Amino acid sequence: MYNRTVARLTYRGLLGRRRAFILFALPALLLVISVVIRVLTGADDDTAANVLGGFALATMVPLIGVVAGTGAIGPEIDDGSVVYLLSKPVKRPTIIFTKLVVAVGVTAAFSAVPTLIAGFILNGNSQQIAVAYAVAAAVASVAYSAIFLLLGTVTRHAVVAGLVYALVWETLFGSLISGARTLSVQQWSLALAQKIGAEGAITSDVGLPLALVLLIGVTTLATWYAGQKLRTLTLAGEE
Amino acid sequence: MSTVRIDNVSRWFGNVVAVNDVSMTVGPGVTGLLGPNGAGKSTLINMMGGFLAPSTGTVTLDGATIWRNEGVYRHIGIVPEREAMYDFLTGQEFVRANAELHGLGAKEAQHALATVEMEYAQDRKIATYSKGMRQRVKMASALVHQPSVLLLDEPFNGMDPRQRMQLMELLRRMGAEGRTVLFSSHILEEVEQLAAHIEVVVAGRHAASGDFRKIRRLMTDRPHRYLVRSSDDRALAAALIADPSTAGIEVDLKEGALRVQAVDFGRFTTLLPRVARAHGIRLLTVSPSDESLESVFSYLVTA
Repeated sequence: MYNRTVARLTYRGLLGRRRAFILFALPALLLVISVVIRVLTGADDDTAANVLGGFALATMVPLIGVVAGTGAIGPEIDDGSVVYLLSKPVKRPTIIFTKLVVAVGVTAAFSAVPTLIAGFILNGNSQQIAVAYAVAAAVASVAYSAIFLLLGTVTRHAVVAGLVYALVWETLFGSLISGARTLSVQQWSLALAQKIGAEGAITSDVGLPLALVLLIGVTTLATWYAGQKLRTLTLAGEE
Repeated sequence: MSTVRIDNVSRWFGNVVAVNDVSMTVGPGVTGLLGPNGAGKSTLINMMGGFLAPSTGTVTLDGATIWRNEGVYRHIGIVPEREAMYDFLTGQEFVRANAELHGLGAKEAQHALATVEMEYAQDRKIATYSKGMRQRVKMASALVHQPSVLLLDEPFNGMDPRQRMQLMELLRRMGAEGRTVLFSSHILEEVEQLAAHIEVVVAGRHAASGDFRKIRRLMTDRPHRYLVRSSDDRALAAALIADPSTAGIEVDLKEGALRVQAVDFGRFTTLLPRVARAHGIRLLTVSPSDESLESVFSYLVTA
């Protein structure tokens, strides 16, 4: 199911493109904000939870997910270079699964790890807030990568669609319509964070069992469908 | 020895019919897929390469359906027309990656690079390559697993004459080895130099198939139209129509010229200046009015 060559090409393509600067810029911004807040206000659990929940998990993780998830396959389909992968005796679902692994790895590395460090900077992991949000970021990385990888295979405007989903659906609708929060990767991952963090430190609108089912279900379904889309991917000629 | 068969294949995009009920068999040796731009060549090659499903009909390799069948790529090598590659890799890394995807390694990659004479630039990033160099590395990536079928979409585009000759030599060699080599081109001379067998497509239809020389003769012997201006159009018209190489003449008063239809190309081109001189008529303009490739191909459809 995993192909090392596909992984290498995907990884190098992801980090070699211009948009990769977002992968470095957002975590750097989180760390700078954390240092400034810690210096100015000292260690505070509420502040830490607000920064990690409001910026890291709600904004940074989905944005990095968009860059890594869509970037793992979208540009290759857009410019046609994917033909060099598809014209090989490699199963298309293997290509998708490998790209998902790389996208998850990159998203987690650039979001969960900085979230953990930022948490320790902000309050020294008091009430397990740093670890809880880092785990939530890692789990969200998996679901976001699968969703955005699928978007990369179904639309040429995957980045725009991904941003709309991440910013409009997750952030705007999530804060306005309570029902929308049930269908939010952010809330699913928060359910896990709630379990890890101290009592009352972190809250989620979704129960843990449902959150886990939805996380696993969405990831599996998106990955399977992306594999099917790649099997029937049409490369129109230039005529 | 492999054979690609296209059986009653049509392909449409919305309301546009790109390929219309085409049947052809491409066997060992070099075959040229000839046709003007927009004729459906790339659509056909994409279907033969498994990147496009036929709307109707079947495309098979030795009896196996190509669409949605990754296994056929053990036998097919593809050189796409599009320029995009993994520009951040060196030529060697790119060909090596292609070899690995076939379950092969560095040795096969190096052999393919040597075959296309790209070893000297193999450590440079593909982003720095010229169009011709890109084309050769694409070739190396397609050859790395020694495929029995090689599909090339407009492979000579952007190549200088020397590179063109090298690639032709390579394709000739592969054809002589018994591989099935199919390349598309809209340039008659390219096909003439390389392929003994050609398939001609025009406006999505299969216009002609067979020996290149026969088809070329058909193209040359078709009725040619000329626009002729002279010091005495009517006298020239009278003299020309007496010869069987001329099928018809129209005096175009608006243009102030003769529109001549010649049926014997070779005879007419020697007759015209001779007749003009014999009658003391000065030729002011002699221009072919239907020499575009499209009109040549269109003639083949009706021939």
